[in-house]
Amino acid sequence: MSDLIDMIEHGSLRGSLDHCVKCTICETACPVSNATPLFPGPKYAGPQSERYRVAGEPSVDASVDYCSGCGICSQVCPQGVKIAEINARARDALKREHGVPLRDRIITRPTWLGRIGTPVAPIANLALNLRPARILAEKALGVHRDAPAPRFAGRRFSTWARARGRERRADRATAPGAGPPDHRGLPRRVVYFHGCGTEFYEPWEGEKVVEVLEHNGFQVTVPRQGCCGLPLQSSGLFDDARRTVLRLARSLSAPLRDDADAIIVGNATSCTLMLKREGREILGLEDDPDLRLVSRRTYDICELLLALHDRGELRTDFRPIREIVAYHAPCQQQGHGIGKPALDLLALIPGLEVREMNARCCGIAGTYGLKAEKHGISMAVGRDLFDQVLASGAPTVACDSETCRWQIAHGTGRRSVHPIDFLHRAYGLDDAGA
Amino acid sequence: MSTLSTDVLVIGGGATGVGVAWDAALRGLDVVLVDRHDLAQGTSGRFHGLLHSGGRYAVKDPQAARECVAENRILRRVAADCIEDTGGLFVTTPWDDPGYADRFAAGCAETGVRCEEVQPSQALRGEPRLNPRISRAFRVPDASIDVWKTVWAMSHGAQQRGARILPYHEVVTIDRSGDVVGGAVARDARSGDELRIEARVTVNATGAWAGRVAQMAGIEGVRVLPGRGIMIAMNHRLVNTVVNRCQMPTDGDIIVPIRTVSVIGTTDQHTDDPDDHTVPQEEVDRMLDEGERLVPGFRRARALRVWTGVRPLFEDAKADSTATRDVTRAHALLDHEQRDGVRGLLTITGGKLTTYRLMAQETVDAVCRQLGESRPCRTETEPLPGSESGEHYRLGERLARKEAELRGEQLICECELVPRSKLERAIAQTGSTDLDDIRRQLRLGMGPCQGGFCTYRATGILHERDGLRALEADASLLAFLQERWKGVWPVLYGDQLRQARLDEWIFQGVLGVERLPTAPETAGAGGASGAGGASGAGGASGLAPREAP
Repeated sequence: MSDLIDMIEHGSLRGSLDHCVKCTICETACPVSNATPLFPGPKYAGPQSERYRVAGEPSVDASVDYCSGCGICSQVCPQGVKIAEINARARDALKREHGVPLRDRIITRPTWLGRIGTPVAPIANLALNLRPARILAEKALGVHRDAPAPRFAGRRFSTWARARGRERRADRATAPGAGPPDHRGLPRRVVYFHGCGTEFYEPWEGEKVVEVLEHNGFQVTVPRQGCCGLPLQSSGLFDDARRTVLRLARSLSAPLRDDADAIIVGNATSCTLMLKREGREILGLEDDPDLRLVSRRTYDICELLLALHDRGELRTDFRPIREIVAYHAPCQQQGHGIGKPALDLLALIPGLEVREMNARCCGIAGTYGLKAEKHGISMAVGRDLFDQVLASGAPTVACDSETCRWQIAHGTGRRSVHPIDFLHRAYGLDDAGA
Repeated sequence: MSTLSTDVLVIGGGATGVGVAWDAALRGLDVVLVDRHDLAQGTSGRFHGLLHSGGRYAVKDPQAARECVAENRILRRVAADCIEDTGGLFVTTPWDDPGYADRFAAGCAETGVRCEEVQPSQALRGEPRLNPRISRAFRVPDASIDVWKTVWAMSHGAQQRGARILPYHEVVTIDRSGDVVGGAVARDARSGDELRIEARVTVNATGAWAGRVAQMAGIEGVRVLPGRGIMIAMNHRLVNTVVNRCQMPTDGDIIVPIRTVSVIGTTDQHTDDPDDHTVPQEEVDRMLDEGERLVPGFRRARALRVWTGVRPLFEDAKADSTATRDVTRAHALLDHEQRDGVRGLLTITGGKLTTYRLMAQETVDAVCRQLGESRPCRTETEPLPGSESGEHYRLGERLARKEAELRGEQLICECELVPRSKLERAIAQTGSTDLDDIRRQLRLGMGPCQGGFCTYRATGILHERDGLRALEADASLLAFLQERWKGVWPVLYGDQLRQARLDEWIFQGVLGVERLPTAPETAGAGGASGAGGASGAGGASGLAPREAP
């Protein structure tokens, strides 16, 4: 049976090329092909070239590796061609054949990197900011010397979450049922998927997510979890990506099975997209029951909060924030097909002036902009966004994806945070914690 | 009237005729070849592209199977670059007589068709879109062959050896004095000039039209029954192996992956007119239904276009009727000296693409006999120009070539990856302003958009390069659109309908082609309407959806 499903799904992904009417809308929208001639464009590399690819025959178009995998092409296609997904498959075939550079094996494993870097954070961070070390890394590995490198936080989100969990359990024993209950009169339960960025680099973002959720009456559980496999997938390491996402699906699905009403929520928008759709579609894992369950019940944090607001259940005890904030919706966030819920949420905060940036992509595309040969392209892609941010006069940029935040900070020198930061502040939760 | 003098005049520029020219040129004979249209525009250019392993004839026609086995081996060697080594499968679906498989295996063993039974699961691993309910599967050395590439290669090879290849020269009279045919007069379709070709031997290689040409020489009873069949090209490779139903050959039982498409074929309807290119909707539906049995989801996949071809089924009125029934699918070489007492004329007809070389060999052997000369055939070992390396064509070739110069030139036809320089070269080489001629050289306009985006680009280049007058350029554009449109309308559903709408918006909405001024005297010059000559070569009729029934 699994073979059959695999066959149908593989067929439909490739088969979607049949919908292409050559209208070129994807090529107009592609941030990469508009910034570099090295990538021939999504229509060319996707539905057009796919007609020339025969399973088992050598890959002849290495240029498909210059696709950043941002997925804008698939979003803008009016005919439903799964362009980015076709490209991702072609990249996988290419990598299988020509091998994967050591660099790609390293930078696509944030969990390893985090585990190694966290205990020695001061030294690791120093090294990441030391020019000679970066030049060495570029020469030895091909990680661009100027690429935005996140700083290790030196602590892990999960450590905080475990302590918090113990605290809450104790609280509940004394004062059960804080916050509005769900339709059955039970506390709402969410499983928090924090992702590697939160775990190792920005644990405070996760802390804020948990506090905002708890402020709205959610009981948050944080199961042990690893990487979603997206960095591996986007670098064309499909087998490793499959193993990784399935391992994660295993750990996230267990609490869902215990509670039919529980949902997963995440603030790493690319990683939640991986769970929602890309793992199934691109990696061809439609028939994995754990991933299917996880996929159906995963929500982006802003998506969840806005849905709550639509039902009149989001707390709106916001204090005014008199600031200008620039907002950039990352490509992967757009891939969710949920609009831009962060914009609506930020609009609820009195005094906050939100300026939506009208640019396609920041250029980083996960690990794409880290690679020496692609960093220049990634900066060229992001130029438009950087200019708009600088022109907006906003001191802070809100953006749902961590790698995009790092790139924006790198390209503009402005602070960049998850939209949840503003909600957290408006709720006055940072004061409470302080 | 100017006059040419030659050893051999070949009438008909299909695979057989050009094969005869190539064979004769290799033997050192002087050759002139004429065709009323372009090369390989008739039956040869209108088949599904199968290079037979012999499997399809293993039970029904062992003699044909043996011929295919031998020719398949030879062509893989001498026409390597024209052949993609797809391999073939014969599969028993739930709709096929389960008893046939054993007869098939026995037939293959008997006729020498290399055939290996494999587990259905193994066949499905290689061809995941195949119907998972197949119960038996056999691998055979079927392949796909690009007939245009083959014909151009032979034509160029023959020309290098002095042959004169004259497309768009229609024979108007056969010169017969007494019992000797001494050549023919042909009219240049473009200039209208007539040309006398004096030949020691004339070869009638006009396939389904052979009876008419024989009649021009006053020879009666050469009856060729045209068998019309439709084929549908699907937008991409649904399979990468030739897939046959394991049953007695019938309608819609084969899918051939050729170049970027997969072609399902075919039907078989007797018709009186070899220029009949009717596409009955019922046949289209039948093809799609049969496709669905081999590849579930076939009906939801995108069909690009439909075309028809006519098989020449030879029936010699002079032989006794019981004998002819057996040889209808085989080829027939008629030496009119022996048959009718007329010297200097041979007719070669019937047969199939896979055996074109053998047909040419037998024909030129007969030519040499008439000339009283001994010249051994060399086509069995001499590779066609371009096939010297012995390496087979691979689908990825054009993509690889484009990849090597990604930042180089503009693609004119994006679907079939035709760059500007290739188009300009083809225009210069053919001297043709007919985009349909260029299409057969380059596959221009043969992809998903069916000329939607390349037609206006190519017309602009024609106009610029050839100094073509605007009115002539208009006519080229309209003729090509009309030609593309003819194949598209019978499959206007789903994705291809969406494409047709977009194409229509481009050509009618943006460019207003229906109101283009055209010069009537040049419109469609050179038979732009294709072998069918059916309709709408140029003229203001344009691509008009309302013409569709």
